[in-house]
Amino acid sequence: MTTTLTPILTAFWDEPHSWSRKTYERNGGYEALRKALAMPAADVLAAVKDSGLRGRGGAGFPTGLKWSFLPKPDGGPRYLVVNADESEPGTCKDIPLLMASPQTLIEGAIITSYAIGCHKAFIYLRGEVVHVYRRLLGAVAEAKAAGYLGENILGSGFDLDIVVHAGAGAYICGEETALLDSLEGRRGQPRLKPPFPAVAGLYARPTVVNNVESIASVPSIVGRGAGWFKSMGTDRSSGFGIFSLSGHVNRPGQYEAPLGITLRELLAMAGGIRRGHELKFWTPGGSSTPIFTGKHLDVPLDFESVGAAGSMLGTRALQIFDDTTCVVRAVLRWTEFYKHESCGKCTPCREGTYWLAQVLKRLEAGQGSEEDLAKLLDICDNILGRAFCALGDGATSPITSSIQHFRDEYLAHLAQGGCPFDPSRSTLFEEAFA
Amino acid sequence: MPLTADVTERLTADAHQIMERYPVARSALLPMLHLVQSEEGYISPDGIAFCARTLDLTPAEVAAVATFYTQFKRRPNGTYTVGVCTNTLCAVMGGDAIFETLEKNLGSGHDETTGDGTITLERVECNAGCDYAPVVMVNWEFFDNQTPGSAKAIVDKLRAGEAVVPTRGAAKVHTFKEASRVLAGFLDGHENEGVGAGPASLQGTLLARREGWTAPDPGAGTTPVDGTKQKGQS
Repeated sequence: MTTTLTPILTAFWDEPHSWSRKTYERNGGYEALRKALAMPAADVLAAVKDSGLRGRGGAGFPTGLKWSFLPKPDGGPRYLVVNADESEPGTCKDIPLLMASPQTLIEGAIITSYAIGCHKAFIYLRGEVVHVYRRLLGAVAEAKAAGYLGENILGSGFDLDIVVHAGAGAYICGEETALLDSLEGRRGQPRLKPPFPAVAGLYARPTVVNNVESIASVPSIVGRGAGWFKSMGTDRSSGFGIFSLSGHVNRPGQYEAPLGITLRELLAMAGGIRRGHELKFWTPGGSSTPIFTGKHLDVPLDFESVGAAGSMLGTRALQIFDDTTCVVRAVLRWTEFYKHESCGKCTPCREGTYWLAQVLKRLEAGQGSEEDLAKLLDICDNILGRAFCALGDGATSPITSSIQHFRDEYLAHLAQGGCPFDPSRSTLFEEAFA
Repeated sequence: MPLTADVTERLTADAHQIMERYPVARSALLPMLHLVQSEEGYISPDGIAFCARTLDLTPAEVAAVATFYTQFKRRPNGTYTVGVCTNTLCAVMGGDAIFETLEKNLGSGHDETTGDGTITLERVECNAGCDYAPVVMVNWEFFDNQTPGSAKAIVDKLRAGEAVVPTRGAAKVHTFKEASRVLAGFLDGHENEGVGAGPASLQGTLLARREGWTAPDPGAGTTPVDGTKQKGQS
């Protein structure tokens, strides 16, 4: 049976003023909140746990389980922090969701706060999307005016305030503990764990940090049931997710589908690779996930299958590159990104990404030697698993996987004394380089 | 230019509004840095001193934070930041060509401002618009599916003092200072302008509607519904 799309979060994005409370309510918005507020908080948590929802921000940790790690209430504050710092290269699902339908996230944040006993929630949005910030600020104001936020929400006795906070340009703030430090008004550097945020998070209080899409999925689970959610996806990767196709495909965009769909199926929906070319390599979940090739077209895009095939589902950011693309150029650029975004707190990542970029630059220019490949792998080996957070691990993924799949292409740069590719052929326009 | 008493008084009122949002005052630091940037167009020594005084921090503590984040500028910024995405995907699809064109056209490189103070050119990292590659951001508004020619037309208009309209964003791009004030958390009333979703964002939504594909019926419970994967199937 061919997998088909399951529009849930994306169902009404094309309606006029899709971001307004009225449009959202016309499409069933805030019904799940009414249902949740009539349930004991523990039952809301249990529903999300039963659904098997796993974090949509990349790591795939079970969302309900994360919530259940909060210690018993001690009378002090507990916080929900929504991670809207979407910055992983290739990832472009949360930003369009927040632009088109911010009310979905607001409803999810209210239900989640109710489930975990939080009365002050934060949405940490990356600062480089000013119109999305406007939409979120507007959405909070609209929700408040309608009595969905504030004191005694819908007569339930439950109070909640949501603050939308803009970051200021730092990829590392997508890491949950760096995000918390940043939200506290500090440099965004990851914390040593444990303690985990569930125990000592924002202001050292119990805190749940979840990705936008995870929280936005909560209203549908509460409204339609854990069984409904589990009827999609696979056993251990249940439900739906937004798959973002970009690059050399005919119709790049957002495709909401059950987990377990394949790139072959998605490419058919997206009109295939651009005419006259074929698939060369792709990322299943952003630049921090090891690259795949044409051999992986039928790998089911769920956490287990992608892991078994040697990569990670990550954020379902499917960046597609055709045969005109130089893999060494692509990897060098990603590596320069990690070098730039390394926060500098730990040595393996700070020094390692610096040297990786140096060595790769030399290779891309056709200088250096074959021994440099061993040097790259050695540096990667000294970063992977030795860095404070996942940024360092992510930096090694494109390098090790590209050497695995495209070693010959690295060597071709050395043999030719330069890059064998013409970059103008990869562009999406006819205009030549300046 | 030092902050005058009037300006300081106005900024102080805004800063207190920001601080009221948070249980702990120091959380107001990032929005306050956006605020001082909205006044002076960069993070000046005066701006740092203002934040430090207001939050009872040392200037060194404030400077340490300000220098960590790329959106906080250490030199006076142009009226418009033109940011070309040159992370891998956009670069390959044409971002590198766009950047080279603008660099030649403006005569300024990365993180440099044109002599007339209009434009600060930047290479930016992935801005979550990959399905619209190559992407250019002007004061953090989206300009999708750019070419060297279309990007040059944007900067020509900006330098001629004409308004430019983002692909997905407000009805026009506002100045760097105005955008910075929004980032401090002060809504400017433009949230209902522009589209909800661009064409790429809607690909799946519209395809599903054409094909009659929907999410399963909630009443179906554990029964597999046509169009969805059965449990365990992979």
